[in-house]
Amino acid sequence: MARLLELMLNGRPRTDAVADNLLLLDYLREIVGLTGTKTGCDGGECGACTVLVDDRPRLSCLTLAATMQGRRVDTIESLARDGRLSAVQRGFHEKLGSQCGYCTPGFIMASAGLLRRNPSPNENEIRAALGSNICRCTGYVKIIEAVKYAAELHAAGASP
Amino acid sequence: MNETVPARNIGSYVPMIDGPEKVSGRAKYTADLIAPGMLAGRMYRSPHSHAEILEVDIAEALRLPGVKAIVTGADCDRTFGVLPIARSEHPLARDKVRYRGEPVAAVAAIDDATAKRAVGLIRLKVRELPAYYTAQAALVPAACNIHAHRPGNVERDVLFELGSVEQGFGDADLVREASYNCAEVCQNQMEMHAAVADYDRERDRMTVHASTQVPYYVHLMLAQILDMDMSRIRVVKPHVGGGFGCRTETLNVELIAALLAKRAGGCVRMMINREETFITHRGRPETDIRLKLGLRRDGRITAVECECYQRGGAHSGYGVVTILYAGSMLYAIYDLHNVKYIGKRVLTNTPPCGAFRGHGTVDIRFAFESLLDQMAQELELDPIAVRRANYLTAPTFTDNDLMVNSYGLPECVDWVERASGWKARKGRLGNGKGLGFACSHYISGASKPVNWTGEPHATVKIKLDFDGSIVVLSGAADIGQGSTTILAQTVGEVLGLDLARIRVLTGDSEVVPKDNGSYSSRVTFMVGNAAIDAAHHLRRVLVEAAARKLEAKPEEIECLGEIYRAGAQDKGLTFNEVVTEALRDTGTITVTGNYSTIPQSHGGKKYRGAAIGGTMGYSYSAQVVEVSVDEDTGVVSVDKVWVAHDCGKALNRLTVEGQVQGSVWMGMGQAMSEETAYHDGLLITGNMLDYRVPTIEDSPPIEVGIVESNDPHGPFGAKEAGEGSLAAFLPALTNAIADAIGVRFNDLPVTPDRVFAAIEKRRRAHNGRSRAA
Repeated sequence: MARLLELMLNGRPRTDAVADNLLLLDYLREIVGLTGTKTGCDGGECGACTVLVDDRPRLSCLTLAATMQGRRVDTIESLARDGRLSAVQRGFHEKLGSQCGYCTPGFIMASAGLLRRNPSPNENEIRAALGSNICRCTGYVKIIEAVKYAAELHAAGASP
Repeated sequence: MNETVPARNIGSYVPMIDGPEKVSGRAKYTADLIAPGMLAGRMYRSPHSHAEILEVDIAEALRLPGVKAIVTGADCDRTFGVLPIARSEHPLARDKVRYRGEPVAAVAAIDDATAKRAVGLIRLKVRELPAYYTAQAALVPAACNIHAHRPGNVERDVLFELGSVEQGFGDADLVREASYNCAEVCQNQMEMHAAVADYDRERDRMTVHASTQVPYYVHLMLAQILDMDMSRIRVVKPHVGGGFGCRTETLNVELIAALLAKRAGGCVRMMINREETFITHRGRPETDIRLKLGLRRDGRITAVECECYQRGGAHSGYGVVTILYAGSMLYAIYDLHNVKYIGKRVLTNTPPCGAFRGHGTVDIRFAFESLLDQMAQELELDPIAVRRANYLTAPTFTDNDLMVNSYGLPECVDWVERASGWKARKGRLGNGKGLGFACSHYISGASKPVNWTGEPHATVKIKLDFDGSIVVLSGAADIGQGSTTILAQTVGEVLGLDLARIRVLTGDSEVVPKDNGSYSSRVTFMVGNAAIDAAHHLRRVLVEAAARKLEAKPEEIECLGEIYRAGAQDKGLTFNEVVTEALRDTGTITVTGNYSTIPQSHGGKKYRGAAIGGTMGYSYSAQVVEVSVDEDTGVVSVDKVWVAHDCGKALNRLTVEGQVQGSVWMGMGQAMSEETAYHDGLLITGNMLDYRVPTIEDSPPIEVGIVESNDPHGPFGAKEAGEGSLAAFLPALTNAIADAIGVRFNDLPVTPDRVFAAIEKRRRAHNGRSRAA
């Protein structure tokens, strides 16, 4: 069965016919073509597919697309404004929170979600917010630095 | 007076030049290459560990509407493998299956759901054979051969004795022997394997995009498997989501995708899932080590005897090299004489192992540094003083003919001793807390390439055209380690130009020069040197052009990057003016830079395989790990790590720190939680919950000290930074636990249940003694 899905995707209204069993992850990647959101596991293990639904981090691999009716979904592609990286993106880039880059969209969306609800998190709050995202390159040290730096940039006026 | 100065590009903190793509979601990885009309590929994998194939029945699957192609072992009788001496693997099993999960057939269909249904309709008929899941089981005399050409299931036997261990042990004040077991571990890189193969039947051309560290090897193996001329194949490496060694050889994924594309006459995207990525494996083998050391009271090591068994899995892969590294790399870190090594690489009915980060050196280093620590304690010597008593003096050659030109280990040791407060804090941290110390090392690229063709080890081209932009062309595979950035930095440094002027093109065989790939930490050293060579050629061309224009001699020209001038009073020419002059005679300028290792670095001939371990420069690492052990639960927490790494010269301090932290952390995963497990050959840890990698909440602060020993042959003095710090973590951890609770763990990983059991055992023994007293 398919149904009509109407949602706000990256700030734009959008309507698609989606199968009932279509995952949000596959909808974003295969139907819409937003491949910034990554598949890193067989379901709910790694956090690479994290997107924001109404500003809250959510695993798109465990979410049916059809349940996004009327919701606001933001992916990694939504963060840059007028061609400028957001605070979290800048943090991950400049502090090397990203090496191979594959887990990065998930980490950045989880971090952006954190900063939207808590603009100045301490280290424990950062660790707790990113506890379900796996990175295999960095050892997380520079990811923590990246998020701290992003919070500073955010406080100075940059969008998260 | 002109204030222009050349731009400086090395030695500082430089964010990766491809970072903006990665943080914005624009970076394309193989699975992201979605094209209209492409077919979905899926594999049918063996449910048997070891069996003779009687029939692969694909008739019903072929009848399913939407199925465009099915291939089986019958379609390809050719073999592949990374080592020219051990190419015995078929992309799809023929005659026999040798591990559970080995690909037997593959389907290309109009969509993934159809491909999945078709796979479910494939029938495999077999005659089961006895299967062996451990090295010990595969070695019993009655075991049948997994490969006919490897009698007794021994992939490779290694034996050497340099000096006399008998005499060495005789000279020792203390001789101890211990056994160690390191579980099999997996790279588990974040990007699952994928390949997109596009066959153009009209022109008989094949294009393959693959998630690989070695596009050139993939190219070679595609030609071999497809029986196509290499000139008809194009291999592209898009962004790659990590590798850590599992992609340093051609994988069946890209070969099967290409076989399907050729059969279907179209484009096939093969994406395998996390469980299949684990089964594709190429991780570090389960290793059993028996180690015997002789130590004098003055801290000198007098003899080493080491026996090593590796459970290699069902195919050769890098196996011969892995078992040789384990022996050869006993050397080149300490001044050792009287060394005996016995190595056995064993074939088993488990997924094939490969070249995991720190290839061949890690488990041996764990055993060595553990036993040394234990013996130091027994002789009441400071473990750091024991290392100091055994330093090499560079330049030197080891007993197995490895060339050591730069040796920053003493500075690494000094740095971690100071930074961790070792002298004041060791043994004084209180109950359940401890400090552990260990060292490790690694090569900066194998001096002899796997495929010896006589060509230079690395080639880089630079193109300069009317627009004045520098385009660096290299086959070096950036897999997240930052090689593309290093190329831009080295070229920019020689030319004195800002990175904004420099673009780097990599990863497309149609455009870039061949490169052997990203493995054995070769890229910064070898490709970096080739890039410097190319940049010097270009600089010469530009200086000559400036001299012509300014009517001066080339040796009078001062190159300031954006300005070329003939003397301090001359206002000079802008870079663009020099480029215009340089192009007048030849049009577009292309220069080539090469690098080759020197013969003295190629290792020796004292035993068969002695070339393995030879490199132009060894990196060195020292670590102090601080732990807290909860004696009620057995949970070990790593509170802090201090690591110093001798990378010769940090071309990019940011990426060196990132590589060193990542290495240490990956060592932590192996030491504390990661292990594969099989039930009758069935992988039961094929996901990231059962294969437990540390999360951000388990991971400690890792403070990095960069030691610069300025290698005489390294690019601006640099050596590797991405592997050498992994191994030291493992023994530093177990040494710290021994310091904290007085129990030594010789088996990895040190999981809470193992710690708890050991604490309980000690408690019971203690209670028993108390009662007896």
